[in-house]
Amino acid sequence: MPEALSVGSSLSLTTITLFLPMVGLTILLFMNEEKDKDAIKWTAFGFTIATFIASLLMAFNFDVNDAGLQMAQRNDWLPQLGISYFVGVDGLSMLMVLLSTIIMPIAVMASFRAGVLEERGRSKLYYIFMLLLEWAMIGVFVVQDLIIFYIFWEVTLVPMYFLIGIWGAENRVYAAVKFFLYTMAGSILMLLAILYVGNAAGTFAVPEIIAGVQSGQLTFVMDGVFSEQSFLFLGFLIAFAIKVPIWPLHSWLPDAHVQAPTAGSVVLAGVLLKMGTYAMIRFNLPMFPEASVTWAPVVAGLGVIGIIYGAWVCYAQTDMKKLVAYSSVSHLGFVVLGIFSLTPQGIQGATIQMISHGISTGGLFLMVGMLYERRHTKLMAAYGGIWKAMPVFGGIGLIISLSSMGLPGLNGFVGEFTILLGAIGSGVLGIGFALVATVGVILAAVYILKMFQAIFMGELDKEENMNLPDLHWQEIAVLVPILLLIFWIGLQPSAWFDMLDATTASLIAGIADFAPEIIVQAGS
Amino acid sequence: MDINFSDFNFLPWLIPIGPLLAFAIITLITNRSRMVPATDHHEYGGHHPDYDGMEVPVVTPYSRVASIVVGMAGAVAAWLISMVVFFEAIAVEQLGLDDRIFASSVDWLSLGTEVFRMGVLVDPLTTVMLFMVPIAVLCIFIYSIGYMAHDPRQARFFSLISLFAGAMLTLVVADNLLLLFVGWEVMGLCSYMLIGFWFEKKSAYRAAIKAFTVTRVADVIMLLGIAYLYALTYDFYGFGTLNFRDVLYNAEFLDYAASTNAIIFGGLGFSAAAVIGIFLIIGTIGKSAQFPFHVWLPDAMEGPTPVSAMIHAAAMVSAGIYAIVRMYPLFEAGGYPHGGEMTAPLMLMAVVGGFTALFAATIAVAQDDVKRVLAYSTISQLGFMMAALGIGAYIAAFFHLITHAFFKALLFMASGSVIHAMEHGEHHVHEHHHAHDDHHAHHHDEETPQDGTVPTDAEAHPPEELEDQEYLEYPRSRLADEPFDAQDMMNMGGLKDRIPVTAITFAIGGLSLAGFPLITAGFWSKDEILADAWYIFSGYGSGIHFFVFVMLAVAAFLTAFYTARQLCLTFLGEPRTEEAKHAGLGGPRNVVSITMQLPLIILAFFAIFAGFIGVPPEFPIFGAVLSPEGNRFFDFVKYTLLVDMQPGKPPFNWIPVLASFAVALGGLAVGYWMYGRKPLEAGEEDPMKRILPPPIYNLLRNKYYIDELYQIIFVRPSQWFSRVVVSTFIDRGIIDGFIHLMARISNFIGDLLKAFNLWLIDGVGDGIPQGVGRFGYWLRRVQTGRVQQYLILVLLAALLIGLILVVSTGLAAGG
Repeated sequence: MPEALSVGSSLSLTTITLFLPMVGLTILLFMNEEKDKDAIKWTAFGFTIATFIASLLMAFNFDVNDAGLQMAQRNDWLPQLGISYFVGVDGLSMLMVLLSTIIMPIAVMASFRAGVLEERGRSKLYYIFMLLLEWAMIGVFVVQDLIIFYIFWEVTLVPMYFLIGIWGAENRVYAAVKFFLYTMAGSILMLLAILYVGNAAGTFAVPEIIAGVQSGQLTFVMDGVFSEQSFLFLGFLIAFAIKVPIWPLHSWLPDAHVQAPTAGSVVLAGVLLKMGTYAMIRFNLPMFPEASVTWAPVVAGLGVIGIIYGAWVCYAQTDMKKLVAYSSVSHLGFVVLGIFSLTPQGIQGATIQMISHGISTGGLFLMVGMLYERRHTKLMAAYGGIWKAMPVFGGIGLIISLSSMGLPGLNGFVGEFTILLGAIGSGVLGIGFALVATVGVILAAVYILKMFQAIFMGELDKEENMNLPDLHWQEIAVLVPILLLIFWIGLQPSAWFDMLDATTASLIAGIADFAPEIIVQAGS
Repeated sequence: MDINFSDFNFLPWLIPIGPLLAFAIITLITNRSRMVPATDHHEYGGHHPDYDGMEVPVVTPYSRVASIVVGMAGAVAAWLISMVVFFEAIAVEQLGLDDRIFASSVDWLSLGTEVFRMGVLVDPLTTVMLFMVPIAVLCIFIYSIGYMAHDPRQARFFSLISLFAGAMLTLVVADNLLLLFVGWEVMGLCSYMLIGFWFEKKSAYRAAIKAFTVTRVADVIMLLGIAYLYALTYDFYGFGTLNFRDVLYNAEFLDYAASTNAIIFGGLGFSAAAVIGIFLIIGTIGKSAQFPFHVWLPDAMEGPTPVSAMIHAAAMVSAGIYAIVRMYPLFEAGGYPHGGEMTAPLMLMAVVGGFTALFAATIAVAQDDVKRVLAYSTISQLGFMMAALGIGAYIAAFFHLITHAFFKALLFMASGSVIHAMEHGEHHVHEHHHAHDDHHAHHHDEETPQDGTVPTDAEAHPPEELEDQEYLEYPRSRLADEPFDAQDMMNMGGLKDRIPVTAITFAIGGLSLAGFPLITAGFWSKDEILADAWYIFSGYGSGIHFFVFVMLAVAAFLTAFYTARQLCLTFLGEPRTEEAKHAGLGGPRNVVSITMQLPLIILAFFAIFAGFIGVPPEFPIFGAVLSPEGNRFFDFVKYTLLVDMQPGKPPFNWIPVLASFAVALGGLAVGYWMYGRKPLEAGEEDPMKRILPPPIYNLLRNKYYIDELYQIIFVRPSQWFSRVVVSTFIDRGIIDGFIHLMARISNFIGDLLKAFNLWLIDGVGDGIPQGVGRFGYWLRRVQTGRVQQYLILVLLAALLIGLILVVSTGLAAGG
């Protein structure tokens, strides 16, 4: 049995960041739906900003040279079962927390002008769900105990289910149920695997389990493809793969996106999908190193298929939201490829790509939402020549589109390029993976340009488009942080990469202890 | 390293800053529009289609002037700093040798334990580019003041073209392949934006998307080459690097790259260097529009003409050639082209370049559009450079890149001036026809027969005068899809009397393109390529060199021929249409006329004299006068390469020189004989049609039907495949269908169990069920079906968990 890790039990910054949305939520509960209409939304916004500031404090306190958990806190919860409230961040978690706390205020502010809230009302409930969602997401990224992780993982489903089901488009109930059931089904396997691992280790604390695996005190048998470790690996992986989603488990995503309200889509694409890829790095790789190496070509292969497949389906779409949804399948295929290249470049690139995708795709969904608010249709054919009517929107839209297709100098390229470096230098994948993935980069240009052209270029020949108002200041305020991040990550990514250096290095070193072939020897 | 701009190592950083800053300032601050009713003729040029009743943004006069000033300031700053760097660099003896370079870099990104650095580098190659690019850019900017003077989006034009210039300059000063690639792709974006500048027009946005997509295909392959190169340096150095000096100026690394088996095609005997080289060259084939990726370039002229000049001369396509000139040592690694030993990448370049040079030249002879002829000539000339690089004529190729940039920028802007004059004529005719009022009289007064005379007081006219000099309006032909074609040479004729300055400078550019012997820049650079090819062929019996020599000689002949055809059709004879009769730039003292002609004169100067820097010293008379101390261009540039790799100088030989003379003069003579001796009359058929058999003529005129072919092979099948197969059949049908099937099965099982349950319950009796029923009845009160109540339950549970945690935390902290 692995030794227990000694971690402070006093109140940490991580806990404060995690529970700030809960505080906001509690306050909202006592407000009056009708009387405090404005107060409700500004309170919700205020708490997302407060959470953001708290996470910034965490980032400032974060020591980039330390590969271990920082700002950690651990309190016994069910000591008999080895379950504890255990939170803390390493480089990976830190970036994911930042992504969540950046996306949330944007999503909340984007809801201010949402027509669907006016139409269907219950805005108090809506903002409560948003804060609940934020709490659960941050929880997923900071907890270090498998059981608590599972709880947070499941809790994220609930607010999203209602956001889609109550404030979604025409076919919302179908989409919400599909989303819920699909993800639930995957989680069941994970729960079994969690219980098995916890039982074997005598603890559910992830760092302890990993330390046990590293020191050899805890062994999951890995002989042949289908053995104990493989099954555990797959039990975790399938749950995460559905969330990402990895092809062919993606079919819930387009429906959920198309039906969700704008802010729901932004959070879904921006953060929720990354829970899957985050969890692969956090759990699959260090807990099951041998299985990771064995299965890497398979998973990366599915990722690559997803890249091409998603892009190709995008090309056929007539609905803007569906196009953006499928583009997520394509982009996250890149992330999966990066992770399972099992190289530092690949994993760092994948993490940066997660953030970039959150920003760019969040931006694309916001754009679609802004058009939808004006014209109440998501079909590209209804637009054309919008650049003339809305010049500011056209310019911003272009930048976001370009960032999504990976133009160098903007954020998307940095991740894609480092993932390619990782895939080519990988000891477990052949160069074929990188070759095929690059085709996806070409296709990305094709479908994004197609959408951009259909909306913005051409003649402004439809009567109802001629006098569309350009962006409201609130809409610009929502997009400005996205633009800033697009340029920041694109031009000066070192601050982001620095956070990951130590974490990735120790992760790779840990896997290499079991499978030295992942490190390509110099001069080979 | 502290950044200190008084140190020359840091100065190159500032070169791209000017235009990039101008881009930011114009985009964010000075680009201001006001809304004007689209039907207001005076404000909008009066020819805007389909927008009756809507307001459209038109750049305000203040914003127009401010944007021009900012854009010009950026370009001038870039030019000045480039000049400082240029003179500093040429003062260095043997610049480029070992550590005799200007370079500095900063950390950009850390990957694990390694750091990726971005920086700038000035070696001889950069130095020469820093002479050419800023001058061409500056000329294009000045020209755009006049050319775009009446466009409602002129501010936006200046912002984009500034970004274009900034990206090109970034690419030129980059010290590593990744930064080069960044500039490369941003240029791709700018070309997309500028080709589609008149985005309302279908042909424009189509061309824009085509340009971006086609070059992107090539770019991504290049990116793969870059990534592979990085992996290779990782193996060699123990850290990854893409720095040019690390990769290209290290003989051991080059040997390593040439002797390592490639990870793909290694079985075919390709070395790593060869595979990387081929990937990078494919990038250039896309960017420099070589066969089979050439299709985007002719369409790219849908953009405003200054953009064509930018793409064809100063930036885009030159960048492609520059990149392979830059990466040349990697292609050469393992071979010695000057001794007839070829490597796979060199072979690829020689074949593609030689083929494209001739292929594009044959298309150019049958085109009627004044810009399209030039577009194909660009493709053909880039083929010259590509082929020259392939056969090891490294310096000759680079020399041709520079001279070509000058005369091609000149030709495009001169053709733009012709088009502008024709549009003016068209406007005149149009107004006349409709007996239109006030404007027209105004126009007529200003039009003077000697409207082409060179004004000397160019600077005396501040741009503010634009406002009160509305000579030209937004021409119909730029927006409507089927208007009078102001670019069709068949509609021209006799323009030399209407726009003499344009005619003379156009002729100078044309002669330089044709390689008119001795006095034009084009002659010297082309001659050097042929001399190299001939020398290696005759010395080593290398077949590929002979192939290149023949292809290029024939292509040069055709080049001279179509240039003569173009000059004669445009400028000689009598005007063939009413529009041509009234063509003009609007008067000698107006801004349009001045700003559009000044750059032509500057570039005409270089189109002649730029060649004299690279005259071989053995050349009779000229060599003794111009190159007493050896070929200055050659001796300067060769230090870019490691001493061992520097190409040898071919000895003087009469055969290639006479060949150059013969093809240039011969082509011009045949062209003049067909089109100039008896200029075409209105309505007369192109003599080409009589000479060539109809199938061949149509084949050439339709560019070998390659666009149509691509449409059938690539575009339509992939559209069909994505829509019908992937999206509908696989995604909706199989994958989602499976999910729905699962749902149906579980529903069915659920129903089955329900039935079974009922049966079981009925069988066992009513006792337990009744109890259960009562419990259920009680439970129904909780289950109100109202989401809020469910939610509150969930929340209470969640809060409870949270509370326990916080309290226990607090207690623990307290304890």
